[in-house]
Amino acid sequence: METNLCVAGFGGQGVMTLGKFLAEAACDDSSKNVTFFPSYGAEQRGGTANCYVVISDEEIGAPISTTMDDLIVMNEPSLAKFLPRLKKGGRLFINSSIVKTEVSREDITVVKAPVTDMAFALGSGKVLNVLMLGVYVGYTAVLDEGLVWNLVEHKLGKKVALLETNRAAFEQGLKLGKEARA
Amino acid sequence: MEELVYTRTKAVFENAVSGFCPGCMHSTVAKLIGEVLEELDILDKAVCVKGIGCCGLQSNYFAFDNITAAHGRACAAATGIKRTNPASLVFTYQGDGDLASIGLAETVSAANRGENFSVIFINNGIYGMTGGQMAPTTLVGMKASTAPWGRKPEEHGYPIHVCELLNELTAPYYLERTSCNNPTNVRKTKKAIKKAFQNQLDGKGFSLVEIVTGCPTNWGTDALGSLDFIEEKMLPEFPLGVIRDKSKED
Amino acid sequence: MSRVFMKGCEAIAEAAVRAGCRFFAGYPITPQNEIPEYFSRRMPEVGGVFVQGESEVASISMVYGAGCAGTRAMTSSSSCGIALKSEGISYCAGARIPMVYCNVARGGPGVGSIQPAQMDYLQATKASGNGGFQMLVFAPSTVQEAVDLTYAAFDYADRDRNPVLILADGVIGTMMESVELPPMRSDEEIAAIKDSKKKWTALGHRLGEHVDIEPGFWSTLDQQKWNEEAAALYLSWEKDLQWEEYCVEDAELVIASYGISARIAKSAVNLLRREGLKVGLIRPITVNPFPYKAFDRIDYSKCKAVLDVEMSIPAQFVKDVSVAVKDRCPIETCLCSGGNIMSRDDILAACKKILEA
Repeated sequence: METNLCVAGFGGQGVMTLGKFLAEAACDDSSKNVTFFPSYGAEQRGGTANCYVVISDEEIGAPISTTMDDLIVMNEPSLAKFLPRLKKGGRLFINSSIVKTEVSREDITVVKAPVTDMAFALGSGKVLNVLMLGVYVGYTAVLDEGLVWNLVEHKLGKKVALLETNRAAFEQGLKLGKEARA
Repeated sequence: MEELVYTRTKAVFENAVSGFCPGCMHSTVAKLIGEVLEELDILDKAVCVKGIGCCGLQSNYFAFDNITAAHGRACAAATGIKRTNPASLVFTYQGDGDLASIGLAETVSAANRGENFSVIFINNGIYGMTGGQMAPTTLVGMKASTAPWGRKPEEHGYPIHVCELLNELTAPYYLERTSCNNPTNVRKTKKAIKKAFQNQLDGKGFSLVEIVTGCPTNWGTDALGSLDFIEEKMLPEFPLGVIRDKSKED
Repeated sequence: MSRVFMKGCEAIAEAAVRAGCRFFAGYPITPQNEIPEYFSRRMPEVGGVFVQGESEVASISMVYGAGCAGTRAMTSSSSCGIALKSEGISYCAGARIPMVYCNVARGGPGVGSIQPAQMDYLQATKASGNGGFQMLVFAPSTVQEAVDLTYAAFDYADRDRNPVLILADGVIGTMMESVELPPMRSDEEIAAIKDSKKKWTALGHRLGEHVDIEPGFWSTLDQQKWNEEAAALYLSWEKDLQWEEYCVEDAELVIASYGISARIAKSAVNLLRREGLKVGLIRPITVNPFPYKAFDRIDYSKCKAVLDVEMSIPAQFVKDVSVAVKDRCPIETCLCSGGNIMSRDDILAACKKILEA
């Protein structure tokens, strides 16, 4: 079983961090192989920032591929850029606070989560990535949710003040993801 | 009763017959370096990084550790040696083409980092081994095999003054220009080399001794003629003296 | 040993530190900046030295100096920066100075593109500088392999007193993957390694025992003798050949590929095998010397073609593949370049096209 995911959005939305949290959590699950590949270059400035995460029970071939199983888009340009590359039957996770375009493809599953609005409601616009991480893990169950939270908690280690907001963000995300699945 | 008043330095091979041209001062400087190493009792700590060109011929004479760096890169190689072996006494031995043309970036950068090694810079205003091509220190009007009508400022610019250039930097500890064109200046050169090495032993940082020397062969003159040329032409362009000595500020 | 999640560049740097590398000099260039950045933080912790050189040209000469003084030393760069280092690399080979360097390759020629590519194959394997010297060149296809090969590279370099090249690429350098790190060499071990080189290293010697390190000779006879000894060393590397052979025995199509491309190709082989298609893979790990004999393992009575898969246009690796295949079957290519990463779908399509023909 191999899942490959692309996370895309504006620089500053924490898309790299989202990808890294997921990938590092997968590393902590010793039964999985995982790769994280950041897209770097001129496009990181002002344009879209994106990264690829592959989680697999087997040896991983390509850390980046032309088509993907899952796609998380945090802004409009990313939707336009990456939607054509989402596989038939793929899963699309949308930050519906920002992305208003209706998705025309019918061969994929769309999960909408207004993570920017939810983050502001929690009092910190910055936690939108952890919210989306929760949505993704809640919906896909690609990794054990406890494992993922432990990793996030470990990474935030020194920033105790942020811990509570992030915890709430992750849990709200998980809940939304699980409900969408049900 | 016999009294020993002079003995040949052991730092230069006794059986070496000079392959340097008559009137060349590389052999003079080799002797001075050897004497200083002995006087400071650091012969067994010395590592010389030679530049490319006639400087490289010193491997036939130096009886202490020495390596050849790529053309112009002596200060970079010396950085690698000294940083990983601070106990060694490391100095570069470079000509004007090596130090001030192809290696100017390495020279300026090492000086700017305040690397704790010493630089012996042989400035004779010409490329020696390759056959008299124009150097960054060639005098205005001076003929060279690549400037057959002489150095023209409008085409070639002016001679580079390395000590004055490095004096613009904050880090260098000691910069002095000397010559070997008469016994007094030879003694002053030895004193300057000794000071540069002592600075390194004391951990003071970057020292450079620029030695204005002759190249009778490529200057188209003889040994004595080259001494006159140094006095009359080179020294007005490259005035001797201490350009920077931070020990005076300490 | 536990798994850690690391970026390729940082894992390479850490592997070097653990192998006893105590000097690094480098100059910024994408996509390898994390190597010098990592060393700048790490070296002070282990009593090593990091220098940001004023150029690639200077950095490699600093490494030359550190190597002359017996310290395990390394530099890294990417493609056009590696070209600048070729002066010092040749000097290291010429003076027989051990050192390790890594090329996190990007697009070319010229400044090229900053994204991953395999455009430096011929430079890396045939002529990394003037004078016809050779080096062991290793091409990792995973971060783990990059770690293991970098760690081993220092031993090879010291064994042979010769440079060793880790030929990576922008994917290996920038991707993160779980790795198991090799053990840290102790300060005592590192001191012993340095001590074992004392006879030839320029640290200062007593009168009568002095060392003269020269990247050349005044005498033509001496230079030729040196060349002959070096040639004998290069021949001895036959014992160091490494390659991966995967599903080759019954293969009707064999993919020849290295580095990141080979890793992607291997996953294509797995997919094709699931469909019942008999595809195999030969992946040289040492790309110099090249494991030509690996291609003798192909059953040419069954094999329709060898498919060369590489991120270089025009193809370069194919030249060695062609020498290895010796006209025993046709060779096809599946290529990309410019910073575009090899697509598994393209490999699948290329394989099917050959098998269905």
